Amino acid sequence: MKKVIALCLAVCLALGCAACLSGCGGEKTTLYVYNWGQYIAEGDDDSLDVIAAFEEKYPDIHVEYSTFDSNEIMYSKLSNGGITVDVIFPSDYMVGRMRQEGMLMELNFDNIPNYQYIDDSFKNMAYDPENKYSVPYTWGTVGIIYNSKFVDEADVTGWELLWNEKYADKILMFDNSRDAFGIAQYLLGFDVNTTDEAQLRECAAKLMEQKPVVQQYVMDQIFDSMENEEAWIAPYYAGDYLTMVEENPDLKFYRPAHQGFNIFVDAMCIPTCCKEKEAAELFINFLCDPEISGQNMDYLGYSVPASASKAYMDPEVTEDPVAYPSADMLEKATSFNFLPEETARVMESLFMEARNS
Amino acid sequence: MKRANRIMTVIIFIFLYIPMVVLIVASFNTGKDITEFSGFTLKQYVRLFQDRSLLKLLANSLIISVLASFIATVFGTVAALGIHNLNPQMRKVAMTLTDIPMTNPDIVTGVSLSLLFVFVGTKMLGQRNSLTFWTLLIAHITFNLPYVILNVMPKLKQMDASLVDAAMDLGCTRVQAFFKVTVHEIMPGVVSGAIMAFTMSLDDFVISYFVTGPSFITLPVEIYSYTKKPIQPKIYAMFTLLFLIIFVLMTAMNLMQLVSDRKKAASHIGH
Amino acid sequence: MKKNKTGFLSIPYLIWMTAFTLIPLCVVAYYALTDPATGVFSLRNVRELSLYMPVLWRSIGYSLVSALLCLVLGYPVAYYIAHCGHTAQKFLYMLVMLPMCMSFLLRTLAWVGLLQDTGIINNILAAIGLPRLRMIRTPGAVVLGMVYNYLPYMILPLYATIVKIDGRLIEAAEDLGCNGVQVFARVVLPLSVPGILSGVTMVFVPAVSTFYISQKLGGTDTVLIGDVIERQFKQGSNPNLGAALSLLLMILVFVCTGIMNRFGGSSEEGSVMV
Repeated sequence: MKKVIALCLAVCLALGCAACLSGCGGEKTTLYVYNWGQYIAEGDDDSLDVIAAFEEKYPDIHVEYSTFDSNEIMYSKLSNGGITVDVIFPSDYMVGRMRQEGMLMELNFDNIPNYQYIDDSFKNMAYDPENKYSVPYTWGTVGIIYNSKFVDEADVTGWELLWNEKYADKILMFDNSRDAFGIAQYLLGFDVNTTDEAQLRECAAKLMEQKPVVQQYVMDQIFDSMENEEAWIAPYYAGDYLTMVEENPDLKFYRPAHQGFNIFVDAMCIPTCCKEKEAAELFINFLCDPEISGQNMDYLGYSVPASASKAYMDPEVTEDPVAYPSADMLEKATSFNFLPEETARVMESLFMEARNS
Repeated sequence: MKRANRIMTVIIFIFLYIPMVVLIVASFNTGKDITEFSGFTLKQYVRLFQDRSLLKLLANSLIISVLASFIATVFGTVAALGIHNLNPQMRKVAMTLTDIPMTNPDIVTGVSLSLLFVFVGTKMLGQRNSLTFWTLLIAHITFNLPYVILNVMPKLKQMDASLVDAAMDLGCTRVQAFFKVTVHEIMPGVVSGAIMAFTMSLDDFVISYFVTGPSFITLPVEIYSYTKKPIQPKIYAMFTLLFLIIFVLMTAMNLMQLVSDRKKAASHIGH
Repeated sequence: MKKNKTGFLSIPYLIWMTAFTLIPLCVVAYYALTDPATGVFSLRNVRELSLYMPVLWRSIGYSLVSALLCLVLGYPVAYYIAHCGHTAQKFLYMLVMLPMCMSFLLRTLAWVGLLQDTGIINNILAAIGLPRLRMIRTPGAVVLGMVYNYLPYMILPLYATIVKIDGRLIEAAEDLGCNGVQVFARVVLPLSVPGILSGVTMVFVPAVSTFYISQKLGGTDTVLIGDVIERQFKQGSNPNLGAALSLLLMILVFVCTGIMNRFGGSSEEGSVMV
């Protein structure tokens, strides 16, 4: 018995040492990148492995990549000091919030020459009026994804589709307060950037009313559920729809233009806890390179904020109205602004109440 | 009665193993949908070995569990010797302290440790990065210690105290007596404590989930975030391989133990 | 005797455990009793707890049902294993242990694949012409997930106590005229009470605090207390409320295990099984 155990422990120790040795390889700079899940090409399906390409170009930088599910998760991790990361990818309203709370560093644009490729329409945005803290990564819109095999086209009239009892238990819903409240606000005709608590309470009541028909509150699990037809209707981001439709051609995308919908920009920023600012800027610059960004966006399906990149993309994607809606359509879109902390907190706790009622 | 029990046992084992069969089958699937077998392939295994990050996470898990269980075993054994010789009141205090992490739900242990680390690290020491490898290690040692203590203490109790005296009468120094008698007597407890601590560490998801930051992630924590994304079938391939390794290891250990038991039995008869 | 001389060896341990089990609990209490925004003393979180009482009762209900089901299902298995030959015992014991060593997250995910509306079981039903069943996202699915995950924690301690029961006691009871049922009810069952209590605790505690099982197998109305706590911490809503909920959960568990221990009068080693 003793020998067996000694042997096992020895094996474990040996494995541990081997693992340690393989883990520590020289004095490379380690760059911690914290991005949304499913938000960079990783070399699947013949796409470009963006991180590998970056490490190849800058051999003394090693990228540690981790992901988050929602802006709120990323924010809470950074604000309660649990982690150190060098590059983050918050959405517009979160950039505004973090900027105002002093959580972002000013970028040194000398290290990001590829910023020149960013379209002017994505500069001087409300969340970063002086273009000091952020570089746009992607943009996109929110709409309803539905399965045309099961959902009657006649029912697809607006956001109320997500409340339709006919499809009870086949509807998925956003699992983050901002997007969920946004939908209720569009439906009720409220301003999505309101700080009026009475309106928020009305939205919460609307969301509570929706709960009985909702299958689950989820984020990226939407991919699997929609693709294998476990769920038929879900609000999500246009770029992700393009990924899903490749797996299941019955899926359709719809934007309720008459009620309004969200347009968002996800940007690259450097948080104040960053330790490798220069490497972080190199990384941001690398992602803005038209060729890299083109191949990356080709895979992601999200819309690219730099027209120069389109030259490297599949024309089928760049002409797709889902990814690049017409100017008329875009006029109906509104973006989320940064909300005061108290409003964000009220919204979150109302959402929890609605979700757990 | 016996027959009913046998049928029940078979049913329960089927119940326990069906999901694992599903995962193993899914690892050979050409499609990525777990519910539909569209063809046989080994491509997921190829992908698994191309993925350096998954292998590194496995290494991380091994590092943390080997270190934590080793430290906890040494520390815990020494502590058990001390507790054994405390007066009854103090011993009760020590055993109550030991019971807290055993009884507390994992989620509460995890939450409380993470709050402590963030509170001390961020608020008191002003660090930006308070959840690291070291906090993870501390957490693992903390929940491993009770397993070691609870395995060693009964052995100390069973041990005949006069054995040490006898050894010293026979000319051993106190230190020699300790190593020759006490250590020998409690060794089975130490070993089973160490093994238990090691498996607990290797498997732990809930506590690690709360006390780790992105600078050092273990495999179970990463698997959790994997299951929240569109699933990548290479994770099934990894499950299958781990299943095989553990199955072989456990069977081998059992067989070797059986053989040594037989030998012992035989030698007893021989005498 | 030279007792007390090595007692000092336990001091580092006592310090360590105080620092990393008692003090963290005090920090939890501190967070629970302060306002998230201002950081001053407030009962706001404690008041908000009442909102989550239904969730708490639901968690307790599900995990009690799971613990009882585990007992009913696990007892025959433990009994059977304990009465097998030496080699078979070892092997079966290993087969019960093995699932515990594999990622419970992935095993739960496999149940999603089995149970969902478009899942394996429903596909089989549809293929043989039967109607599809609504299985996933029901309370039943959550209980099934709990039973599946924690059944080994019931079987192992039961087995450990049953295997120790002296066969001569049973023979004696039979000699005194007991039939099979009576032997079981009067001898075997009372003697396995320590195993039952330890098994029930080992199932109940993780089940009442789980968050993964209900997230995967449950629907929108099977949210458990663990989910809420996890969300308060990980999704950045309100760690102070999360701390208050953790405190509540801890008190609940300590009360429950306290009652259990009173029942069985279990001693120091009572909790060491496996």
